[in-house]
Amino acid sequence: MRYLAPRTADDAVAALLAEKGPTRILAGGTDVLVQMRSGAVEPDLIVDIKRIPGLDRITREDGGWRIGAAVPNAALGEDRDLRASWAGVVEAANLIGSTQVQGRATMVGNLCNGSPAADSVPALVAAEAVARIHGPDGTRDCPVAEIPAGPGKTTLKKGEIVTSLFLPARPRRSGDAYLRFIPRTEMDIAVASAAVSVELDAHGRIVRARVALGAVAPTVLVAEEAAAILTGTQGEDDVLERMAEACRAICRPIDDKRGTVEFRRSVAGTLAKRAARIALQRAGGQS
Amino acid sequence: MSRIHVATRINGDATEFLCAPEETLLDALRNRLGLTGSKEGCGTGDCGACSVVLNGRLVCSCLVLAAEAEGAEIETIEGMAEGESLHPLQRAFIDHAALQCGICTPGILIAARELLKRNPAPSDEEVRYWLAGNLCRCTGYDKIVRAVQAAAAEMREG
Ligand SMILES: Cc1cc2nc3c(=O)[nH]c(=O)nc-3n(C[C@H](O)[C@H](O)[C@H](O)COP(=O)(O)OP(=O)(O)OC[C@H]3O[C@@H](n4cnc5c(N)ncnc54)[C@H](O)[C@@H]3O)c2cc1C
Ligand code: FES
Ligand code: FES
Repeated sequence: MRYLAPRTADDAVAALLAEKGPTRILAGGTDVLVQMRSGAVEPDLIVDIKRIPGLDRITREDGGWRIGAAVPNAALGEDRDLRASWAGVVEAANLIGSTQVQGRATMVGNLCNGSPAADSVPALVAAEAVARIHGPDGTRDCPVAEIPAGPGKTTLKKGEIVTSLFLPARPRRSGDAYLRFIPRTEMDIAVASAAVSVELDAHGRIVRARVALGAVAPTVLVAEEAAAILTGTQGEDDVLERMAEACRAICRPIDDKRGTVEFRRSVAGTLAKRAARIALQRAGGQS
Repeated sequence: MSRIHVATRINGDATEFLCAPEETLLDALRNRLGLTGSKEGCGTGDCGACSVVLNGRLVCSCLVLAAEAEGAEIETIEGMAEGESLHPLQRAFIDHAALQCGICTPGILIAARELLKRNPAPSDEEVRYWLAGNLCRCTGYDKIVRAVQAAAAEMREG
């Protein structure tokens, strides 16, 4: 195995393209090193992206936030403005692992590792986050929702690197939330999860909603019907109940010792309902 | 196999070593530099026995490649006491019997010091959440939390 820490994104792309054997991009390494140790992956080349200038920074852009691919999740929680505007995204990222894991793990690594249970992904999808990708053909932007392609798989092509995530500007009356179910209170993998983001008008009516579900299908699910049910309402109890049912209807979970199909389905809907309540509260609406 | 030359600072001292590309920072600390205070409990980020501070952040050194230490600032348990005088946390752990076998202790001490730097007066719950990534199979954690609180109180008084 070779280890490279290129100083530019172009050099990183070129190194990945030139390698014939298996490669891994290294961000926080909290998935990569565990997988290398277990023998699940045996890369011939590791490309550490943390020395590429700017990737370790959070910057403001068009009223939103550009979060470099090497920013550890601990730094997200330390950014007051980000936390105030995208509380759900930050909460989701900060749920990942322990204090030690937080010091290293990145949201981009969480996304590109391709786990259906990745905690930050539903929140990013509900936030309509966009990944900036640097590759052999230059730079492109891609919605986060289009990156996961199944357990351990992404739609990224050989040589492509996500360099940052963009979270859009927040209108005044908006809020988001993420909830997961785990059998313990810390250090566990989601059995089911849900993220909701809403924007309200001056009367507290939902003008825009996004709902995303985690760990209940091979990839994160965008619950479009659930979002449509919320839109135009004030998130009344019966609306939230119907929204939860719409979420349950699209779940295609696995059955394992951590949760049966029925359990995951039921919990996903309930989490979506509770996350919607929190998002509404944060947006300044009722309930 | 090609070796990588790494120049880094450990507990304030400029240090150089050669490592293999797949070698972890924990292995380099223990096997190349003789800094055996950091322990390997799991090697997969679950137990925290290997905790060190890397460029100001608490991390598991078993999940860091040694090569990543190039140009970095690393703090390990070996740098916690000042000469013969123990850190207040170290003293509190002895006074409160917050260890039995001691395998988890270096990692917990480093982690607790980082907590108290950021939050000099944590609640018990905050201590438990911060240390959730540090497993101890002996003490049952109560004595650890009490020792951290005792040290915190002493450090607040200055
Ligand atoms: C003890 C422990 C607890 C954990 N708990 C949780 C948890 O509660 N919830 C959860 O979701 N996860 C958890 N994880 C998994 C892991 O921490 C997360 O998935 C983390 O976000 C991965 O980020 P990273 O930066 O460490 O990724 P890395 O390990 O560096 O990379 C992960 C994958 O993404 C690819 N990649 C990284 N960066 C890029 C990039 N810029 N462009 C393209 N591809 C890239 C890598 O090649 C690799 O395939 C845990 C891990 C440990 C060790
Ligand atoms: S040895 Fe590193 S976390 Fe257990
Ligand atoms: S004292 Fe033995 S593991 Fe903590």
